[in-house]
Amino acid sequence: MTTPSDVSPILGKLTLAALPLDQPILVVTFIVVAILGAMLLGAITWFRQWGYLWREWLTSVDHKKIGIMYLILGTIMLLRGFADAIMMRLQQAMAFNGSEGYLPPHHYDQIFTAHGVIMIFFVGMPFVTGFMNYVVPLQIGARDVAFPFLNNFSFWMTVGGVILVMMSLFVGEFAKTGWLAYPPLSGLTYSPDVGVDYWIWALQIAGVGTTLSGINLLVTIIKMRAPGMSLMKMPIFTWTALCTNVLIVATFPVLTAVLALQGLDRYLGMNFFTSDLGGNAMMYVNLIWIWGHPEVYILILPLFGVFSEVTSTFSGKRLFGYTSMVYATVVITILSYLVWLHHFFTMGSGASVNSFFGITTMVISIPTGAKLFNWLFTMYRGRIRFELPMMWTIAFMLTFVVGGMTGVLLAVPPADFVLHNSLFLVAHFHNVIIGGVLFGSFAAINFWFPKAFGFRLDPFWGKVSFWCWVPGFWLAFMPLYILGLMGITRRMRVFDDPSLQIFFVIAGFGVAVIACGIAAMLIQFGVSILRRDRLRDTTGDPWAGRTLEWSTSSPPPEYNFAFTPVAHDLDAWYDMKQRGHERPAAGFRTIQMPRNTGAGIVLAAFSTICGFALIWHIWWLAAGSFLAVLVTAIAHTFDYDRTFRIPAETIADTEAQRARALAAAE
Amino acid sequence: MTTDTATTAGLPPRFYDLEEHDHPEGSSTMLGFWIYLMSDCLIFAILFACFAVLGGNYAAGPSPRDVFELPLVALNTAMLLFSSITYGFSMLAMRAGRPGLTRVWLAVTAAFGLAFLTIELHEFTHMISIGATPQRSAFLSAFFTLVGTHGLHVTFGVIWIVTMIVQVGRHGLIAANQRRLMCLSLFWHFLDIIWIGVFTFVYLMGMLR
Repeated sequence: MTTPSDVSPILGKLTLAALPLDQPILVVTFIVVAILGAMLLGAITWFRQWGYLWREWLTSVDHKKIGIMYLILGTIMLLRGFADAIMMRLQQAMAFNGSEGYLPPHHYDQIFTAHGVIMIFFVGMPFVTGFMNYVVPLQIGARDVAFPFLNNFSFWMTVGGVILVMMSLFVGEFAKTGWLAYPPLSGLTYSPDVGVDYWIWALQIAGVGTTLSGINLLVTIIKMRAPGMSLMKMPIFTWTALCTNVLIVATFPVLTAVLALQGLDRYLGMNFFTSDLGGNAMMYVNLIWIWGHPEVYILILPLFGVFSEVTSTFSGKRLFGYTSMVYATVVITILSYLVWLHHFFTMGSGASVNSFFGITTMVISIPTGAKLFNWLFTMYRGRIRFELPMMWTIAFMLTFVVGGMTGVLLAVPPADFVLHNSLFLVAHFHNVIIGGVLFGSFAAINFWFPKAFGFRLDPFWGKVSFWCWVPGFWLAFMPLYILGLMGITRRMRVFDDPSLQIFFVIAGFGVAVIACGIAAMLIQFGVSILRRDRLRDTTGDPWAGRTLEWSTSSPPPEYNFAFTPVAHDLDAWYDMKQRGHERPAAGFRTIQMPRNTGAGIVLAAFSTICGFALIWHIWWLAAGSFLAVLVTAIAHTFDYDRTFRIPAETIADTEAQRARALAAAE
Repeated sequence: MTTDTATTAGLPPRFYDLEEHDHPEGSSTMLGFWIYLMSDCLIFAILFACFAVLGGNYAAGPSPRDVFELPLVALNTAMLLFSSITYGFSMLAMRAGRPGLTRVWLAVTAAFGLAFLTIELHEFTHMISIGATPQRSAFLSAFFTLVGTHGLHVTFGVIWIVTMIVQVGRHGLIAANQRRLMCLSLFWHFLDIIWIGVFTFVYLMGMLR
């Protein structure tokens, strides 16, 4: 622990002792990361790609490129979060019969904290935001989002959060408090080190990005739909995206506020959540779950939209019960605000309050159940094609239902008193998050990959991945349900009762199977790139799609649509195909598009430096970088010329090329 | 551009908007800014909620009666309300197409904003000097955070006003600047509304506790 006298005016609390040189696992990880990173940077330099990267990607305001960057970010962080999962499973499978396992407590505690934080904030959120960014403007027939610069800035703020979390691995340490960092444990008294500060600033910076991206997509959906696309003709994925962004805008400020309050406790010695001078730690728990519960719906709702699109497309039928699907989504959106207390029934708020929140929680299963029946009825008498997106959707239905049931079980307050904080809970939320969010993301990646890159993903390795992931998930988490029912609490590092070991060994085996699934997925990406000529999609519509994103080429041109489509039906593209639409071949006009800008990445870089400086109490740097943020932001407002025009000839050329590709495909 | 979807009998349906024109730049900005303000409002809602829960936890330290000086707060409120009126005058000048007058009223607004901040800082330093520090009790933590966050917003508002004075000076009342002034107007009046809440729930109700 550092005392104020140790804080240097130049480097703050940062000393060489902050580097974990005494921990071989971290040193080896660092060496591997450093080598891989150096190789990557070296390759970019060798092939002279920096200019291209900077101009075409890092400063891009194109929603398609930003969406792809979000997905790459999520995939990389999935590997990091999964590495944490393997380490935890290994530790728990080993630490029996007097063995301490291989992880010391302070390292183990950081791992389970980092695993949760990374999987929710830096895997789930980038996946969901990436899909919404990529797909929503295409589905509503728009050329970009409402605020393209803001979109770029939001992405880089998320990256800033990721950088801080990754940095904590090698400079100092991460929080040892669990992913939501409850006080008083996360307060200065019990967590004097920089771990919780890393947590605060990583989430604060990423959270600003998420809020802005939420506002951006919300306005995009409200203001930029194609002519004819009334709200009830909006594709269901866009509907779920709309509800998700409402949730983001209405909850992330709560996270921002509660992180700020916790920061004030830690930095200025205030007493919001401390144990003395009138502080109230349960206030924190309430506030963080007022954000936290809607957050899980922020993650799952867009994937519900994905499953709806996939089911309808691969059953060759209009979605069953579209209207009820929309209402179910809206009801879930509203109800998600009324259930937060079920995360801490044991707080002691009494029978009436617990009953209220138990009932509201159980009520959520009604709209969710309605959705499931809608998917089943969509499949009923459909001509189902068992392509990869459909396989993931069916795996989701089977898996998610079990997770939903155990959720209803946990919603019963007396049952929750028994199962609270146990491995049963851990099994439940992995059951819904893996079975819902991850399976949905995999369905979405396989579904929209051809749209984004112009070739499909290799089905063989996709199926290998599928058949590893799904049984692997069941192997890894069913033992945790059983252990939880036997009363084993979560986050334990060692165990006394040797009869429990077999369950942890099975769970560890399950994680190994999932690891094969992840490896197969990476191979799938590689193989698909190698075989891209054979997997090529020249039509722009590889799955016989139904919504507008399939009406343009794969990958879409920079301007998405040469002419804005007009929607006459919920399945606008299907309707166009049915009624024999004609692609306009002439009469192209210039199109106004937003210009790329480096302001977003610069602002986010200064914000990240500011966060780092605050974590290490390097006050001069914090003040300086904050000032730099302010000056950059103001300087950016002096740039009034933010658009450019694509000449009509360029558009005519691009569209003629597409016409030739379409003719060749027929 | 028509958005009707009914296909007239005999005519083939129209699947592409062939006579499209550019959307006016920034046509979504007001809605976006409004939604941002509502998200900011939520931050204040949380701070108000914290004050409501923790505002009575004096921890044997000073209570509102010991530290609040209502005449000073009344003066401060007047500063902020006057600033809203002058901002309104600035918007009227903008409507009348008079950039010079717009800038003058913006400067007056900024001056009132600075007066508000000065009085607030004076209040804070006085409280801290008599031992009513943010660290002393949960009540004072919640008080300083709520009022301080509002003050921070006013500070950024003043910086924004100064920026707008420069930008209107450079480019005149072009559409982009008018849009920015409208957003700033929303922001400034929003801070006024928040202050009414602070004045009522923190100061007046605090004196009644």
